[in-house]
Amino acid sequence: MSVTLEFRDVCYCIGGNLVLDNLNLRIVEGCTLVLLGRSGSGKTTALKMLNGLLFPSGGQVLVDDRATTDWDLIQLRRSIGYVIQEVGLFPHFTIGENVALVPRLKGWPPDRIAARVSELLDQVGLEPAQFLDRYPRQLSGGQRQRVGVARALAAEPKLLLFDEPFGALDPVTRVELQDQFLALRDRLRKTSIFVTHDVREALRLGTEIALLHRGRLEVLATPAEFVKSSGPEARAFLSTL
Amino acid sequence: MIPPYLLQEMAQLTGEHVVLVLVSMAIAVAAGFPLGVLLTRRAALRTPLLGFANVMQTIPSLALFGFLIPIPFIGGIGKRTAIVALVLYALLPILRNTLAGILGVDSAVRESAIAMGMTGRQLLWQVELPLAAPTILAGVRIATVTTIGTATIAAAIGGGGLGVFIFRGIASVDTTQILAGAIPAALLALLSDGGFSWIERRVSVS
Ligand SMILES: Nc1ncnc2c1ncn2[C@@H]1O[C@H](COP(=O)(O)OP(=O)(O)OP(=O)(O)O)[C@@H](O)[C@H]1O
Ligand SMILES: [Mg+2]
Repeated sequence: MSVTLEFRDVCYCIGGNLVLDNLNLRIVEGCTLVLLGRSGSGKTTALKMLNGLLFPSGGQVLVDDRATTDWDLIQLRRSIGYVIQEVGLFPHFTIGENVALVPRLKGWPPDRIAARVSELLDQVGLEPAQFLDRYPRQLSGGQRQRVGVARALAAEPKLLLFDEPFGALDPVTRVELQDQFLALRDRLRKTSIFVTHDVREALRLGTEIALLHRGRLEVLATPAEFVKSSGPEARAFLSTL
Repeated sequence: MIPPYLLQEMAQLTGEHVVLVLVSMAIAVAAGFPLGVLLTRRAALRTPLLGFANVMQTIPSLALFGFLIPIPFIGGIGKRTAIVALVLYALLPILRNTLAGILGVDSAVRESAIAMGMTGRQLLWQVELPLAAPTILAGVRIATVTTIGTATIAAAIGGGGLGVFIFRGIASVDTTQILAGAIPAALLALLSDGGFSWIERRVSVS
């Protein structure tokens, strides 16, 4: 599938709050859109609409030119690699079983799954021999986050949704994983949406940056244009550099 | 020591008691567990069903056995009525703990399971139930231990079991008879409690 994503006049209301206010965005194949915004600006909400965890109260969210309401959600979700903000590893599964989840749901043969799991743990910097049989509670927060990333990548999804996946990492590992993310994107041309509240990360990873403020799209720009933006919210973010 | 004339009857009544408890618990689990799962999916049913089970628990057991006697089909004198009453008592802890165990699963875990593309059934069997198992088991444990005790009252309506000794002992002011019923019942309760705690330890390795 050639992935294009689109938010078309999307509003989202919950508990009397307008969390997303008339959001219009288009993401073309192979791009990385960074959703930047302060806490509570609606980033997670927007992301959850792309794999049908939430549906718009008004407007449409389209994946491959088809509204999420018309998708077979199980199929859609299995074709998307999603790192949720709280990581959400299964506490009763080993690290190996956690990473193997989507390939197993998709019915891959066991030897292919095993090879894939080891490859991924290597990629995120977790020695497979040491980590495969551990349980999530035996890992540090940053290690769990990396397992979350490995799990999202496991079934070779075309589309990646990352919700602050590197939040709990030390700056060195963080840059390492950002590099891997860039390499992965350039090599496999994966379309991705990356949520962060860190401008530095946004400038580094995004081909485009969408700045959300109280559910509204304030700025949509390439990193080069973004640093020149003059809006107050953009300036506020840029001043943290 | 135990008078020999009691031994044979003790063995027989203990057997009856165990059967009474096993049958009641089997039915209570077979009904309570799926109902508990249903309640996690249908919030609207929670108040009426839990309310019903709650009310059942508050009826004194002797009174409940009495109420059931005149009811056709499920009532009357004998084992069947006793089992109906025991099931009604055991329902609440099983129902409540199944519900609490599943609702207690970390919402981030549930959300990631859904986001990974698990079907409702896969979510239930591979994620929610394994994580809720210790809580559900604790409910079955409480229900079983209580049922072992309550089942002694079944003798009042001809249900048999160790209560036969106790009621006979009370009627004839014979402490030996009372103890012949009470001690095996207490031992059964301790034994099953120990058995469950062993299973719980095995289940909650993760
Ligand atoms: N279920 C809900 N009920 C009421 N309000 C909600 C609900 N879910 C989210 N909100 C509100 O929607 C707004 C946006 O939430 P969202 O999770 O999208 O923010 P975010 O940009 O991801 O923030 P963060 O960076 O802190 O993760 C918040 O103000 C939040 O309080
Ligand atoms: Mg968020």
